[in-house]
Amino acid sequence: MTRPLMLTGALTLALAATAACGGGGGGDQTAAGDGRGPITFTDTQSHEEASRKVIDAWNAAHPDEKVTLDIQPKDADSQRQRLINNAQTKSDAMDVIMLDAVWTAEFAANRWVDELPADTVKADDLLAPTLETAEYRGKLYAMPWLTGTGLLYYRKDLVDKAPTTWAEMKDTCDKVLPKQKGMSCYAGLLDKYEGLTVSFAEAVQSAGGTVLDDSGTPTLETDVAKAGLNFLVDGLKSGLIPKEGITFKEDEVKNALQTGKVLFARSWASLYGTANAPDSPVTGKVDVAPIPGLDGPGSGTLGGANLAISAFSKHKATARDFLAFFTAGEQMKTWATINSTPVARTGLYDDQDLIAKYPYLPSLKEGVLKAKARPVAVKYGDVTSAIQNAVYPALTGEVTPDQALSGLQQQLSGLLKQ
Amino acid sequence: MRRGSRWFAALMISPTLLVLVLVVLYPLLAAARESMYVRGEGLDADGFVVEGERFVGVANYAGLVGERFVNAFANTTVFTLATVAVETVLGVAMALVMHGVLRGRGLVRASILIPWAVPTAISGLMWRWVFQADGVANAIIGQKILWTTEGVQAKLAVIIADTWKTAPFIGLLVLAGLQIIPDMVYEAAKVDGASAWQTFWRITLPLVKPALVVAVLFRILQALAMFDLPFVMIGRGKFSVETLSALIWDEATQLRYGPAAAYGIVLIAYVSVIVFVFVRLLGADLLADARSRKERA
Repeated sequence: MTRPLMLTGALTLALAATAACGGGGGGDQTAAGDGRGPITFTDTQSHEEASRKVIDAWNAAHPDEKVTLDIQPKDADSQRQRLINNAQTKSDAMDVIMLDAVWTAEFAANRWVDELPADTVKADDLLAPTLETAEYRGKLYAMPWLTGTGLLYYRKDLVDKAPTTWAEMKDTCDKVLPKQKGMSCYAGLLDKYEGLTVSFAEAVQSAGGTVLDDSGTPTLETDVAKAGLNFLVDGLKSGLIPKEGITFKEDEVKNALQTGKVLFARSWASLYGTANAPDSPVTGKVDVAPIPGLDGPGSGTLGGANLAISAFSKHKATARDFLAFFTAGEQMKTWATINSTPVARTGLYDDQDLIAKYPYLPSLKEGVLKAKARPVAVKYGDVTSAIQNAVYPALTGEVTPDQALSGLQQQLSGLLKQ
Repeated sequence: MRRGSRWFAALMISPTLLVLVLVVLYPLLAAARESMYVRGEGLDADGFVVEGERFVGVANYAGLVGERFVNAFANTTVFTLATVAVETVLGVAMALVMHGVLRGRGLVRASILIPWAVPTAISGLMWRWVFQADGVANAIIGQKILWTTEGVQAKLAVIIADTWKTAPFIGLLVLAGLQIIPDMVYEAAKVDGASAWQTFWRITLPLVKPALVVAVLFRILQALAMFDLPFVMIGRGKFSVETLSALIWDEATQLRYGPAAAYGIVLIAYVSVIVFVFVRLLGADLLADARSRKERA
């Protein structure tokens, strides 16, 4: 009997080990580490080329405080897990870290990142909503760096003027679609993943509502929230959004736009380059506009990432200097010239060199200024799961929008009370 | 056995035992302990997470009657039963084919084994394309099924993909079993006028059983711990395909290590029970070696 049991043990070991790795929490706070010396900048793979260029410039000027680039895995879950593992073991292996906009609260509340002096940022230099994603309870914990929000992509060969309301979009489709074979009106990020949270918040905001009010209380049992959710639910029901739309993530939306399956598509700024690339079937035929809403232009959900200083860094003085250097106007421009991810500095949206390279910048600026951050929560993972679990069944028609919203109102109230 | 040689034997296996204690026993005990604590719950007045851990006894196990755990438990069981059953039948068939081929044997074997060699995460991605709304699967059946949405179809998609990937594994082990059956047994059956069916049931299957039992046991262990295929193919957070491992992963990701450890312990117990029952019912041969040695002694 021993042998099979041992086998079992060995196999389930990985699970047990994962479960056990939470050990070692608690203990006192590290106040020290305000030194100078080499530091590590933990960034993600898609930024590598641009970040390395800026780092090289820093390293040339600071031979004793060299920055090493630490490249994270591509997907957000693994990145967060790796940062948390590093924090829970109080390791000084990471100094400056990239935090997704929705992680700020969790990392700040757990004291995994240091509070930054308020004078680190000049509010005027940054697009206001981006600054909010870097704060927790009114204090600054990260430096706004990258941003982005939903943009409406449309076929400019078929549409003269981008719609500003949902009704206009529908009218345009009614006019254009009969002449197009196999084309639907609209596609967005509606699969059950983070994109659904983004799309739901966007729909509610674009109808004039909010997921949470300013005090952090959910406001979902309202007419505007219902109007927002109904844009998605009715859209799927009426065929405005194709049935398979509920399996769409960024890639599927891109394909739908490129293969002429939809007239309008909601995605991020990164799609612009892909859709208008020389090898794209719709190259030169795609333009962007701010997303539409119920009675006027819509309000997007803010994406993006900020830079924070690990609480366990040993060279925080260097880390702070590097942070200031890296996010200064000049370096941000260098970065933005290489990488198309939109940055947080207001000035760069009016920069002629960058506009020539990224013609969508004016639309994007308008979008970001109207955009709202996703709900701020220390346990953001629970909040986004609750939203996805409530909204998805409404999209498939399993529950009515009313049921979905009142259920979500209750759940979020419970989650955010803690 | 003399006393001295017994001590010597103990000394010789002690490194192995030490490693087992370190890599099996310690994590198990740590997980068991972790399953009785919570940490990082609640915020203080300034919005900081209250530090330290708190003993909660078996409170973390309360989730066992929760909808999500029951669902994950049921999914794991369904996936295990369905995939192992189908894979056993297909695997044996594959082994018979590989064994029977006279020319181009290497090519046939290699082509049957390719799915097994593909990493699961990669095959998950491939199958996601196959099961896309405008993917190959829908093109072949001429329907527009949204495979990756919540529902029975998502379960079916996972079972199909898992079968494709791991039937060859059973095939490989069974093939090894087939190759050690001496030809003369078959010749004797032929002389006695046995039909092909009789030959299979009365000769091939009983003689290949030891290999088959081991293969199926391995598959059960793997299937009970299934994680990456549904995760990559259908997506995390889709309850229709959430397995116990996926639930444990998710809880740990949300930093609820207590419940994650509790579910982990339950999964270990579940796996142990299944294996025990399986070995008792079918696998007496697994222990034949040990027993015969005992008898000799």
